[in-house]
Amino acid sequence: MIMEILLNKPGKKIILLGNEAIVRGAMESGVQFVSTYPGTPASEIGDTFYKIKNNFYFEYSTNEKVALEAGIGASFSGLKTLVAMKSFGLNVALDALLPFLYTGTKGPTVIIVADDPSCHSSAQSEENSRSIAYLAHIPILEPADPQECKDFVKLAFQISEKFKIPVMIRTTTRVAHQRAPVKLEKIIIGDTCGKFEKDSKRFVTLPPRVLEMKKELLEKIEKIKAFSENSLINKIENQKLETPKQSKLATGQVRNWKLGIITSGVSYLYIREALQELNLDLPVLKLGFFYPLPEKKTQNFIKNLKKVLIVEELEPCLEKEVLRIAKNVNCKLQIVGKKLIPEVGELRPEIVTSTIAKFANKKYKFAICNLKFPIMKRFPQLCPGCPYWLVISAIKKAVDINKVIFGGEIGCYMLFGNPPVNLQDYLSCMGSSVGIAHGIKKSTGQKIISFVGDSSFFHAGIPALINAVFNKSNPLIIILENQTTAMTGHQPHPGAPIVPNGIKIEEIVRACGVKYVKTIDQINQVEFINTIKEFLEKPEVSVIIARRPCIFVAKK
Amino acid sequence: MSKKLDQFNIIIIGTGGQGLITLLQIVAEAALSEGYDIRTSELHGLSQRGGSVEVHIRFGKKIYSPLVSQGKADLILGLETQECLKTAYFANPKTIFLINKHIIPIPLQKSISEEKILGNLKKFIKNISVVSANEICQKELGTTVTTGIYLLSLASFKNLIPLKPNSILKAIKKIVPEKYFELNKKTFELAKNYEKGQKK
Ligand code: SF4
Repeated sequence: MIMEILLNKPGKKIILLGNEAIVRGAMESGVQFVSTYPGTPASEIGDTFYKIKNNFYFEYSTNEKVALEAGIGASFSGLKTLVAMKSFGLNVALDALLPFLYTGTKGPTVIIVADDPSCHSSAQSEENSRSIAYLAHIPILEPADPQECKDFVKLAFQISEKFKIPVMIRTTTRVAHQRAPVKLEKIIIGDTCGKFEKDSKRFVTLPPRVLEMKKELLEKIEKIKAFSENSLINKIENQKLETPKQSKLATGQVRNWKLGIITSGVSYLYIREALQELNLDLPVLKLGFFYPLPEKKTQNFIKNLKKVLIVEELEPCLEKEVLRIAKNVNCKLQIVGKKLIPEVGELRPEIVTSTIAKFANKKYKFAICNLKFPIMKRFPQLCPGCPYWLVISAIKKAVDINKVIFGGEIGCYMLFGNPPVNLQDYLSCMGSSVGIAHGIKKSTGQKIISFVGDSSFFHAGIPALINAVFNKSNPLIIILENQTTAMTGHQPHPGAPIVPNGIKIEEIVRACGVKYVKTIDQINQVEFINTIKEFLEKPEVSVIIARRPCIFVAKK
Repeated sequence: MSKKLDQFNIIIIGTGGQGLITLLQIVAEAALSEGYDIRTSELHGLSQRGGSVEVHIRFGKKIYSPLVSQGKADLILGLETQECLKTAYFANPKTIFLINKHIIPIPLQKSISEEKILGNLKKFIKNISVVSANEICQKELGTTVTTGIYLLSLASFKNLIPLKPNSILKAIKKIVPEKYFELNKKTFELAKNYEKGQKK
């Protein structure tokens, strides 16, 4: 199935997942260098590149910052580059991202960031990565479906090429994990050999040059704004139909209502669905560019309206923009957004339909099933046979779980927080279980066992471990070495056996200055239990590496 | 092709690991082969670890939303009986339910009996069929891995899905790995024979 994506048959329509369409868009652009760290809902981008690995360089990097840095190096060397990550990955990569906007690109570069409204597969926060536009001044495009995923990736490469700036594509779960027919175009085969040409004026962000660079960046954004004004991906639909709607008010007085809707991303699809359902013809401004926004186009759209509805998921980013733009052209415009549209959780078509009905004063009712029966919650669980079950049973035998604090991490083992396991007293971001454990240890005398997976350890756990050693605290850290990045679909990492001479975690741990280190296969329960008991009493940081592969790795 | 449907909305519900995404891909390919527009939605990652999983498939002349709206499902395929209660949100009195008689217990909770589940759904929904797909597959094929394929094939033989059984079979061939095709085809035939038997 995956191979259909390699078909070089222009004009043929095949069904692609949003993430696969991104890959295809990159292939049709002649991508030469791809790096990523897996994270739902972005993982299939890397996985698809990994499977078809030809004609471009691909890597799973150790974390998103490193992935972006690798991409920056490739871009500086003139290669057409794509870097993919989920929302939280952008936070990790941010430090590298901001200066990249200052230096700009040499090889065109596209950065894919996938948000997960409703946190279907995101434990730490419900992030709206669009906000990064204001901090980084990075152009952001928002596709609504797989066809747009492909088209926007190609456009993003063109914009990047033209303006020498990285371009971000922001998707959400319902775009990334949406399947629909996509029309293929020709695949372009790139070359993977670039050349770094010295140009310190361009690549070194040292003051005072750095401020000049900022000025240049802002100038680029102005130019891209002009480009955005004329871009077909910011489109107005149904404007011809914008005849003033007549509606009788209670006083008998007749007033012209002129209504319009502004939207971007997947919300657009819900709007089209709703307008069809309600049999309404409202003009819609669909923005493909979130940043920079086509201000003139937006002004033209709103200038004769009485009321405009802004349909967007999460924080009111577009709403604030429209509020600002309206001041100059239509200060009486009523702007309706978060007053009717929820700010928490993803949108659903029925939410948009009932909101538009309210907004346009149209009656809308349909039969729904009011089931009063209590519906049970089925929590995700570790797979039957998962090696982590053995860790859980050992811990429950080794300690009184009410007297020990358990630090959670991002990975399958965050399911330790669900009943019946209940071994998770805090949970934050990648690598944080160790860092937070150190802080708690320094603040209290309580005992702590903190979990970290092998992939998370490589991602962000190592600096935290060094810190605990350097600043002398004594949590017990259990590194769950299942030899894969399991939760996101079993991608390899530096210690995984798929890598010849994979890095040995115990060697890293020792090199960090940890004296109490033991690698145990948790099938040896007695040894595991005794070691937990022994290490919990140590005056320094101690580490147990629980080495037993995920059942999906063992199968391979 | 004859008159095209405006839209047909399917929800498949079950638990992680029951192969729902494969079923989604098969329906989507079959619909494409019959000239329909398609949009689907699925979830990956955390929710796949044995939690509840629901996938949405919509096809018709022109489809916009990848998600089925509340109350708009035409067909609900339930691979686990208890989970079907959750899909009531998408049902209207005309929605057809095809339910696998199969209860996967939830840790620390008492399973809800089939009678209770059906009793509650029937208060609102007329058209509910229950099939012991797991049992039939286990008995006839010696495995339950293709239970979902069985249910989907049955839906097409019963005309609950406006797609030709042959389109479904072709899509199965395209989507499932070659080495499993024979098993899947057998499952498809099993559903065909079951339906024939019912009609006699
Ligand atoms: S995928 Fe692997 S590590 Fe994750 S729960 Fe299943 S067996 Fe355990």
